[in-house]
Amino acid sequence: MAISVRIPASLRTLTQGKEEVAAEGATVRAALDQLDKTHPGIKERLVDDKGVKRFMNIYLGDEDIRFLDALDTPLKDGDSLTIVPAIAGG
Amino acid sequence: MTAFLRPPKLDSILDGIGNTPLLRLRALEPKGVEIYAKLEFMNPGGSVKDRAARQIFLDAIACGELTKDKILIDSTSGNTGVAYSLLGAALGYRVTLVMPSNVTQARKDITRAFGTEIVFSDPMEGSDGAIRHVRRIVEADPERYYYPDQYSNASNWRGHYLGTGAEILSDLGDKITHFVTGLGTSGTMMGVTRRLKEHTRPIVCLAMEPADAAHGLEGLKHMDSSIVPPIYDRSLHDGTVTVDTDRGWDMSDRLVAELGLHVGHSAGANIFAAMRLANSLSEEGKTGCVVTIACDRGDRYFAPMRWEKRYQW
Ligand SMILES: Cc1ncc(COP(=O)(O)O)c(CN)c1O
Repeated sequence: MAISVRIPASLRTLTQGKEEVAAEGATVRAALDQLDKTHPGIKERLVDDKGVKRFMNIYLGDEDIRFLDALDTPLKDGDSLTIVPAIAGG
Repeated sequence: MTAFLRPPKLDSILDGIGNTPLLRLRALEPKGVEIYAKLEFMNPGGSVKDRAARQIFLDAIACGELTKDKILIDSTSGNTGVAYSLLGAALGYRVTLVMPSNVTQARKDITRAFGTEIVFSDPMEGSDGAIRHVRRIVEADPERYYYPDQYSNASNWRGHYLGTGAEILSDLGDKITHFVTGLGTSGTMMGVTRRLKEHTRPIVCLAMEPADAAHGLEGLKHMDSSIVPPIYDRSLHDGTVTVDTDRGWDMSDRLVAELGLHVGHSAGANIFAAMRLANSLSEEGKTGCVVTIACDRGDRYFAPMRWEKRYQW
């Protein structure tokens, strides 16, 4: 599944400044694993051993994946993930 | 030294700002080192930013820049917005705020209660996006607004120089050896440090930053990946420490459960940094007194996403 991922400002040092990057995977977990190969370090900033970090949100379309199947949420071609930090900063 | 006392009767809500108590955190203290948190959530607007906002308002009115025909506009991650809103309501000035739409719901609701207008900026761009957004609004209609820009306004740190820093010295006398606090606009750090550095005996002042650009410590900036506030002067303080978001959040959870102290995550991270510093002093066999800031209360946070299914963009 080829999908797109929107990247917030605080993670763009890992994407060479890009606001949107491409990823592949049948689930959110698989897409993040693949994204971490092209943009090393991104996965550890989004998930920990309990799932999506407390202060990060990942949306599939407009739905928080916590209310879908979390990291096991299935993806289809053309889906769009959006990473939104739960806070605004200083 | 002047004593700062909390007056039993107030003439105006503005007089309730400042003179906050220091809470000794005995439960976290290692041998030989005292730890205090200054309880800034006891300000009427519920955060440390009441001090900066009051100074900004009063200085701008005194010099004639803020008049009643203008709207005060600024960008904020929330607490400054609450403070501006409270002051605007109390003094009769209109306030507009630009906040990223991912600030917590509580902050949106509180500011609106004062009659403030909120403009939301892109949640993907964080607080720097709000800064750029407010600049565009002001450039398009400069006559309409007074834009104090808390990030570049000396009144911001002056509120802490005249208040927070002076109060700490007055309340702890000659005892304080170390001060540590997190950087947002850096107003708290700059003002308190300037005051503490005037003291006769050296006091070590350390700034704290989130360990990573992608952090969850609301109100704090990771300087290397942010627009650095013009009022921030790295040469004033003695060093910088970092705290991981999880350490800050865990400390907030511990403080409420074990000490009855319900504070936000920046306060949790501040108190974590103070405890870690106290531990390292104690391990070196030193005595000391470490002071930090409890910036705001925990009820301004309440894990936003757990039961709010969607953001309202
Ligand atoms: C919760 C919180 N903690 C800490 C700070 C940092 O304070 P300052 O702007 O004085 O650096 C702020 C203000 N951005 C805040 O809202």
